[in-house]
Amino acid sequence: MLDAMTTSPFFGLTLSALAWCFGSWVRRKTGSILCNPMIFAVGGIILFLVITGIPYEHYAVGGDIIKMMLAPVTVVLAFNIYNQRKVLGEYFVPVLVGCTVGSAASMGSILGLCYLFDIDRVLTVSMMPKSCTTAIAIGIAESGGGVAGLAAAGVMIAGLTGAVFAPVFSKLFRIKDPVAEGLAIGACSHALGTTKAMEIGPIQGAMSSIAICLCGIISSVLALFV
Amino acid sequence: MSVIAEMALIFGICLVSEGIAAILPVSFPASVIGMILLTVLLLTGIIKTRYIRRITEFLMANMAFVFIPACVSVMEQFELIRPWLLPFVAICFLTTPVVYLVTAWTVQGMMALRAKRRKEGARNA
Repeated sequence: MLDAMTTSPFFGLTLSALAWCFGSWVRRKTGSILCNPMIFAVGGIILFLVITGIPYEHYAVGGDIIKMMLAPVTVVLAFNIYNQRKVLGEYFVPVLVGCTVGSAASMGSILGLCYLFDIDRVLTVSMMPKSCTTAIAIGIAESGGGVAGLAAAGVMIAGLTGAVFAPVFSKLFRIKDPVAEGLAIGACSHALGTTKAMEIGPIQGAMSSIAICLCGIISSVLALFV
Repeated sequence: MSVIAEMALIFGICLVSEGIAAILPVSFPASVIGMILLTVLLLTGIIKTRYIRRITEFLMANMAFVFIPACVSVMEQFELIRPWLLPFVAICFLTTPVVYLVTAWTVQGMMALRAKRRKEGARNA
């Protein structure tokens, strides 16, 4: 009976939903940005599967249904660009150049370091889109032969780094221009950084959310040449 | 529009972009094609935001939830990353300020140039 239950798609669906509730609960209790609900949800699921010995394949039956929703979630990011169209029109050239330079810097620095350390190709391709938002990063990694889970891990590290250290970076690098600050936060730490950027100021927040989408598109194009 | 109609629209865009991705000679993520497609449809006014307001609000608000299964799949690659765990974390961490620095300085430079040009333009006028 237990086997029939764990191979049902509802197993993966229920476990994912419960894990998300657990992650959100941890976040509410601690209130810390480092206690990202997704990290706790993912960690909880992996731990649960390892302890109970239920194979990953059983989880994936339901998990894949949720994973399929990655595409619609990416598509609706178009709203970010649409909602900020006024600001985008005003600063079009700096935004475009900034996002292009930022995406190139991200992928270039990853490729350089991976080459230096002689890191496995699959790992390199998965790490490459780490400055993009998760949905887009998974798309880029998978179409280049990388692994979704690793890409998501890289994205998480970059995002948390940016969300925590963005104010420090601004001070350290002497960034006073709000447009530059917002774009830089969005380019290096996507949605997680954007939450921080919105706290810093409205222009920073708007620029950061534009950078998420544009860097995603530009990185997808750049990835074609790698 | 009903929520189901909103779903039809979003799923339809995903479907069309997978078709486009299939005929492209290079491997470009279909989801990004879909995002570009919807941006164009919104900017040209073919699709109004109110057509897909509810589904968008739902997906935006619960975005991180759909990332969970993709992240859990990392346990299947654990053997692959184990020897590279430290470099992996270090590279993702250290390259983040590099991206910040490069982007911020480029844009700050451009904004300063813009302000200077505007000032000169005002003086000449």
